[in-house]
Amino acid sequence: MRIGLLLSEKKHEIAKTWFDLIVETYPQDTANFLKTQKNRFGNPVGFTISEGIDAILGELSGELDLARVSPYLDNIIRIRAIQDFTPSQAVGFIFLLKKVIWEALASEIRKNQLFDELLVIESQIDQLANVSFDMYIACREKIYKLRANELRNRTSRILKMSNMFKDTEAEEKDTAGF
Amino acid sequence: MAIKPKPNELLSGINYKPPLKQWMDEPVEFKKGYYCYGAKPKNLEYIGFPNGREWNSSEQDWKLVDNWKEIFLEGMENLLKKFRSFRLFMDICVRCGACADKCHFFIGTGDPKNMPVLRAELLRSIYRRYFTVAGKLGKIAGARDLTEDVFKEIWYYYYQCTECRRCSVFCPYGIDQAEITMMGRELINLLGCCTDWISGPLANCYRTGNHLGLQPHTIKSNFDYMLDDLEEHTGVRVEPTFNRKGAEILFVTPSADFFAEPGVFTCMGYLLLFHYLGLDYTWSTYASEGGNFGLFTSNEMMKRLNSKIYAESKRLGVKWILGGECGHMWRVLHQYMDTMNGPADHLEAPVSPITGTRFDNAKSTRMVHIAEFTADLIKNGKLKFDPSRNDNLNVTFHDSCNTSRGMGIFEEPRYIINSVCNHFHEMPDNTIRENTFCCGSGSGLNAGEIEELRMLGGLPRAHAVKYVKEKHGVNMLSCICAIDRAVLPPMIDYWMPDVGVCGVHELVGNALIIPGEKERENNLRGEPLPGMEEKGEEE
Repeated sequence: MRIGLLLSEKKHEIAKTWFDLIVETYPQDTANFLKTQKNRFGNPVGFTISEGIDAILGELSGELDLARVSPYLDNIIRIRAIQDFTPSQAVGFIFLLKKVIWEALASEIRKNQLFDELLVIESQIDQLANVSFDMYIACREKIYKLRANELRNRTSRILKMSNMFKDTEAEEKDTAGF
Repeated sequence: MAIKPKPNELLSGINYKPPLKQWMDEPVEFKKGYYCYGAKPKNLEYIGFPNGREWNSSEQDWKLVDNWKEIFLEGMENLLKKFRSFRLFMDICVRCGACADKCHFFIGTGDPKNMPVLRAELLRSIYRRYFTVAGKLGKIAGARDLTEDVFKEIWYYYYQCTECRRCSVFCPYGIDQAEITMMGRELINLLGCCTDWISGPLANCYRTGNHLGLQPHTIKSNFDYMLDDLEEHTGVRVEPTFNRKGAEILFVTPSADFFAEPGVFTCMGYLLLFHYLGLDYTWSTYASEGGNFGLFTSNEMMKRLNSKIYAESKRLGVKWILGGECGHMWRVLHQYMDTMNGPADHLEAPVSPITGTRFDNAKSTRMVHIAEFTADLIKNGKLKFDPSRNDNLNVTFHDSCNTSRGMGIFEEPRYIINSVCNHFHEMPDNTIRENTFCCGSGSGLNAGEIEELRMLGGLPRAHAVKYVKEKHGVNMLSCICAIDRAVLPPMIDYWMPDVGVCGVHELVGNALIIPGEKERENNLRGEPLPGMEEKGEEE
């Protein structure tokens, strides 16, 4: 795909614009921090977004392998799923990439009539959005599960002692023994 | 053919940038998962706190008393007179921003009002308005009126601070945001607006001595249950004593160590160690809580709860006190106990009965940290270990905020871990020791209703753990804090499953070779030791 080549050539510019657009969904002071603090441990959110962007753009330039790109996408969604975003805002950053790619490559796409290829790239972005939504839901479900488990674990010994805590795992093993 | 809109046209109607406003013009918005439930009146009544009532922090009307503003300002005036540090912290900040990006809650949530400087500014603006001349100028002097919305904003953000003090490490003036938060919370408590999660355990601690309100017989039977497990795993029957008069040492630890996992495994480690040493010590069912939620409420409440430890040591006639693995418990013991409830003249300067080492660092409080005690035993060759029993573990160490920044315990836990484990890897430098990142749930924030906030607060810590997991295959995060042991497992589970959490003395208990023990097949969790996996399966 020629558009893949163009994406590779302008990867740095596209990555920067997309990163800026994503971090600008945060308040201004926070956006400045996310852009300027370069130490990954002092700025895990900025690092995770940046790392994810690189991985996603690398995949879009070639053949999109969801299994390869998913962990990076998951890292970003995992953060946004519990930050102060609505579900659509949490996963909506994926669609910003369409805008970024169009703005970076519009003249070449027009000149070389690459609309078919653009459609393929955009479909891949849609695929990423679909996967992101699944990830978002999984993160929310995880939070609810953790909340329920925590309540139980904090008094686990007392619950076990008073036989109020059903150890389903052990029970399953016992049943299997019969 | 339909006209296909261009991507930028599809998105052109959406403005992704948040509105740009000055912080004072940005009203507080209570976000679900970021704030706690309000205190129940019965709990406040029990500890004699004022203005308890049925109220709901998610509703508009908090049912504050009519003269709430006077109470708040009068309280602030009293605190300013009483604590010179508070007035100093209100006056000297030059807003250089060195602290701004050091707070785990700011890094995680991205909310600018979680920058320590701005969090302090919420209270400082009230100080300027009512206690300085320049403040009469209002907004231009960084001052603002105290309104109900402003009070709610202070409440919201002062329960998004874990009093971890990381920001103070970077402040050129040494402003301690933790103490500002403490002052803010004192004022909040004057209006009966404590959180449910803090006030419940407070009342329980005051009444029965521990967070869950466990009575002596429950504590005892809980121990029996634990001792059965211990015997099964080691073949050794440990017989601890409770409330025994005349013991040499009183041992105090957070109660979570004897009723919740994985704290119980740390407790098993203590029990084995003391049994091995033949230590003349006793547990107390009266001073049965090392943790002190008074620290998160008011200095008076902290003093009242803390007094139980010295009172019990006096009643039992012990010589000195040994303290277990805990974070904020040690902040109180190390920094406040001596002047709050001391001098402890009924006790002696602590001397290890095994090594003869005199703990001069604790000669005033007469209370020794177990990491110091155990490290001294190892240094003097008094313990025999088989570190290979921990060979399935690739361990890293999380410095708890209070023991690291509050009392400078850095080397002892590492020395112990390296003596009982063969595989240890540090997390990156700017995430450990005095730069350590908080677990995100300290200072009374380990409430279930703020799971999202806690996960985000723990993100910087989790990010560093993830790094050593990927780089070195770390699968166990050790720590010396009961809150860490309670909150890190779900936090780690959210960010990167397959890393466990343990106390340092759990690792000690696994590796300790005890005369008369059976061939160990399991660790203290009942899991097969390395090399024993098949044996377990055969059985």
